[in-house]
Amino acid sequence: MRLDFCRRRQLCLKRKLNIPARTQIESRGRDESAPVPFGRFKDVHQSFKRTGQSSLVALENITFDLKAGHLVTLLGPSGCGKTTFLKIVGGLIPASSGTIQINGRDVVEPHPDFGIVFQQANLMPWRTVLANVLFPMEILRRSNPTAAHRARELLALVGLEGFEQYYPAQLSGGMQQRVALCRALIHEPKLLLMDEPFGALDELTRMEMQDLLLDIRAKTNATVMFVTHSISEAVYISDIVAVFSKRPSVIADLMPIELPYPRSAEMRYLPEFTELEHRAGRALGITR
Amino acid sequence: MTVRDVRNAFYPFIGVAIILLIWQLYTYLFGINRIVLPSPVDILRASATNWHVLLRECWPTFLESVLGFILAVVIGIPFAVCVASSRVLNLTLYPILIATQSIPKVAVAPIILVWFGLGMQSKLVIAFLVAFFPIVVDTAAGMRATSAGLLELARSLRASPLQVFLKVQFPSALPFIFAGSKVAVTLAVIGAVIGEFVGSVGGLGNLLLTANSQLDSPLAWAALVWLSALGILLFAAVVLAERIVMPWSEIGHH
Repeated sequence: MRLDFCRRRQLCLKRKLNIPARTQIESRGRDESAPVPFGRFKDVHQSFKRTGQSSLVALENITFDLKAGHLVTLLGPSGCGKTTFLKIVGGLIPASSGTIQINGRDVVEPHPDFGIVFQQANLMPWRTVLANVLFPMEILRRSNPTAAHRARELLALVGLEGFEQYYPAQLSGGMQQRVALCRALIHEPKLLLMDEPFGALDELTRMEMQDLLLDIRAKTNATVMFVTHSISEAVYISDIVAVFSKRPSVIADLMPIELPYPRSAEMRYLPEFTELEHRAGRALGITR
Repeated sequence: MTVRDVRNAFYPFIGVAIILLIWQLYTYLFGINRIVLPSPVDILRASATNWHVLLRECWPTFLESVLGFILAVVIGIPFAVCVASSRVLNLTLYPILIATQSIPKVAVAPIILVWFGLGMQSKLVIAFLVAFFPIVVDTAAGMRATSAGLLELARSLRASPLQVFLKVQFPSALPFIFAGSKVAVTLAVIGAVIGEFVGSVGGLGNLLLTANSQLDSPLAWAALVWLSALGILLFAAVVLAERIVMPWSEIGHH
């Protein structure tokens, strides 16, 4: 509660002073003294029963905190359980044991506080771009002109102005994923959960989308949990990288990324960047 | 209508024209008796002189097929939805459906006639029975083919079962429903004719049988052509409905 109040005041103050959004993120590193973190994950354990075999342990003792406004990346090899963890956080599957708290509340089921972007854009082919973005508002019974206005704003933000009445089949993969991003943001979630959202895109589109994500986060102040298996993507976009080991997954390293904002493509070639990539590689057991 | 549309419509006409020409030449050159095989010109002449009879007899067949088809849609879709969304109903009803489907409809027709009489009702019921199966099977398949990602999205927003059905599953099933309907509507015509063959006082099937028994082959063939035209017309109506209901389905084909 107190944290919430402080943040809101801080934001109001900034709005009054008309500080550009990006500066807000740069200052984020300083409020280290927050008493209750936005997200708290303690001893999260997940195992699946298998017929005729011992149960499969996917996650073991996952413990870390997530600060409001931070972008945390879950980095790990394929099949390590990072997506499972993301779904647990989103309340889509229950954890076998452990505590998951978001915004001071135990997560036991899905909640409108969360917005999810999947690996596939998952758009409805029968809906126009605008109607796709508004889908969550219909389900939450919050359809109104304001929502439509916000949807148009979000689409403009991701560079899809003028595509409102197009059908998904008329868009490229990258454009579809932008629509999916707008759809995840339309109901103003406090936590954005992204499951390898750029995994199916080509490298150039992917880099473009990473910058877009950072830009949108700066403008919306959303907290983001992002699953990826790309080391450079993780380092580039994150405040924190949580490196997951192979199954049974534990957190092999929790890496704060202290590269300044706004991030730019040139940073990918800085020695600090490479050093961070190496550290992640070591945690993954790829490099020594 | 683009140039391509015109060209696409042109090719079938060419195909039909070639067949008709060969047919005409064959009957002419080999002096085939018109009772055995009337030439296209004979059929056209029979059709032109008897157009009022054909039109009059077309009407009941049209009604039987359309009403039977509509009945199959109205009952078949909700039935399929129930079967697809409940495991118990699926296990209970699906085997019965398959079993009834495997009975030849021609064999059931006399019984239906005993129940519903010689009038339109019996034909309507047979048309319904034939059209029902493809609609149920395709609708159920469509419901099951709903993308898991969309269902998960709906779940993440805590959508109610009704919302999931109306906003996700049913629209997902629409292409399947239309695919089933296209098959069903042509089958409905066949069903109506089967009914008319077994016992009737009117309809194109009845006319065909009567003309045949009087060795008026050109008229029998004319009835056949009209039946075919009726089937094509109903099929086209379903395609048109599909384009209106699902404007997005056209996108991506170009």
